[in-house]
Amino acid sequence: MPILKPPAIPPSEITPPAVWARRRELLKAALALAGTGAGLTLGRPLLAASPPGAGALEPIPNVRPSPQSTDEPPTSRDDILGYNNFYEFGTDKEDPAATAHTLRPRPWTVVVDGACEAPGQVGIEDVLTGFTQEERIYRLRCVEAWAMVVPWVGFPLGDLLKRFKPTSQARYVAFETLLDPKQMPGQRRAVLEWPYREGLRIDEAMHPLTILATGLYGQVLPNQNGAPLRLVVPWKYGFKSIKSIVRISFTATQPVNTWNQMQPDEYGFYANVNPDVDHPRWSQARHRMIGDGLFAPKRKTLMFNGYADQVASLYAGMDLRQSF
Amino acid sequence: MARPGPRPGGQESAAVRYGKPLVFLLCLLPLALLGWRIAAGRLGANPVEAVLHFTGAWGLRLLLVTLAVTPLRRLTGRGWLLRFRRMLGLFAFFYVVLHVAVYLVLDRGLAWEEIVTDLAKRPYIMVGFAAFVLLVPLAVTSTRGWVRRLGRRWQLLHRSVYLIAVLGVLHFLWLVKADLREPLIYAAVLAVLLAARVPWPRLGGGQN
Repeated sequence: MPILKPPAIPPSEITPPAVWARRRELLKAALALAGTGAGLTLGRPLLAASPPGAGALEPIPNVRPSPQSTDEPPTSRDDILGYNNFYEFGTDKEDPAATAHTLRPRPWTVVVDGACEAPGQVGIEDVLTGFTQEERIYRLRCVEAWAMVVPWVGFPLGDLLKRFKPTSQARYVAFETLLDPKQMPGQRRAVLEWPYREGLRIDEAMHPLTILATGLYGQVLPNQNGAPLRLVVPWKYGFKSIKSIVRISFTATQPVNTWNQMQPDEYGFYANVNPDVDHPRWSQARHRMIGDGLFAPKRKTLMFNGYADQVASLYAGMDLRQSF
Repeated sequence: MARPGPRPGGQESAAVRYGKPLVFLLCLLPLALLGWRIAAGRLGANPVEAVLHFTGAWGLRLLLVTLAVTPLRRLTGRGWLLRFRRMLGLFAFFYVVLHVAVYLVLDRGLAWEEIVTDLAKRPYIMVGFAAFVLLVPLAVTSTRGWVRRLGRRWQLLHRSVYLIAVLGVLHFLWLVKADLREPLIYAAVLAVLLAARVPWPRLGGGQN
C-alpha cells in the first residue's frame, strides 16, 4: 500500500491552455448538434457565458507540482476569473473582470522594510525567476460563505521573507496593496480605507502553506485576481489574501487590516475559517461551492478550511471565539 | 384611496383597456429574463445568489412603483392611473414570493433549523421576512370583494404597505457589506414617495 500520494499533475499540464480555454466552445458546439432541447437541462457548467477577459496569459515555465495540493477538482478558470471581490475595481463580483485591464502589472516592485537587517526591494521578474514556482491547488473560502478550489502558482512567502533577514523584533508582517486611483478606479470612492492592508503573525507568514501567488492555471495572474503578486493563506477567509502587493513590512505590533478597521465586530485580525463562529449576519457552518450549480446543496465548512492538521497548532491555547 | 376608480369612459377606458395588458406583460419581463438566464446558463459563477438577488430586487422595485401610483395620479390629475395599482402590487408580491421561495429551497435547502436560526438571529432576515408576512394579507384582500367587505378598514390595513417598503429597504441596506450606494438609491426613492404623501402646509396665499 503506498503511503505517499503520487505527485499531483498540474491541470495546466494535462490540457494545453489554448485547447483548455476553448473547451466550452467545443462543448457548446457539441450541444448545438445534439439539439436545442439541451438548453433546458440547466447545464450551467456546460452552457456558461463566454469567459470574461480570459485570453491566454503568459505561461509560467517550470512549475513544479506540490504535495500540499488538494486532489479536489479545481473551479473552472472562467469562474475564478469572473467572480472576484477586488473592491479596487468595483464592488460587484463581475466588476473586476470588466475593469481591471487598467492595472499595469509590469514593471512592478515590492518594497520590503521594517524590522529586518536587509531591507530593500524586489522586482516581479526577480520574484518569478528567483523562487521555484510550484502549483498549489488550494481551497479558498470567502467570508461570504462561498468557496472555490484554485490551482495557484506561487512559492512559500517564508522563502522571500528570509532573504530580508527579519530581526527578533519582527513579530508580525504587514502587507499593502497598490494605491493608485488611475490604475485602480475603485479607489476613487471611499468604500474602504485605501490602500487595502493586511497582516499576519510571523509564524503564520512563515508557515509552509502560506504562499505568494504569481499565477493560476499555469499562467501569470490575471489582473482581476491580484496581479502580479498576491498573498494566499488557505486556512483563512479570502479577504486575508491581499492582492497586488507593493509593500511588505516586518512589525513589532499587530498591523491594521482593512476589513477589521471597517467593521471590527464582523471581521477579525485572524479570520481563520471556523464553522463554529458565525459572522454576525450569517452562518459560517456551510458554504456554496462555486460551480456546483443552481440546485446543489451547500457543503459543510471545515475547521481551518480543512487545513487543521497543518495549522491548528499555531493557535493552541487561544480562544478562537475571542480571536476570530 | 380605497374607492375604486371612476367608471371608465372615453379616453380613460382606452388607456386602461390597452394599458392593462401592456403593464401585465411588462411586469412579466423580468421573469422572462430570469428564465432565459437560467436556461442559457447566464447566471454567473454563483447562480443561487444571482437568482436570489434578482427576484429580491424586482420585488422591491415593483413595490416602489406601486407606491408611485398615488403621487403620480395627484401630480398628473389622471385618476385612471389608480386602476393599475392592484396589478403592480400583486406583481411585487409575486416577485417577493419567488425571492422567499429561492431563499428557502435553493439557498437554505429547506434546512429548517438553519432557517429558524436566521430568523431569530439575523436582523436583515428578520425585517425581510416581516415584510413578506405583512404583504400576505394585502395580497389576499386585494380583490374587489374584500375592498367592499372591509370598507374603511381596508384602507387602514393597506397603509401597512409603507411599513413594508421601509422594511424591504432596510433588508437590502443591512445585508450589504460595504458599498451602500445601491440600497441608498432605493432608500432615497422611498423617501421621496413617502414625503409626497405628507400633507405639507401650503405656502403663501390664504387659501386652503
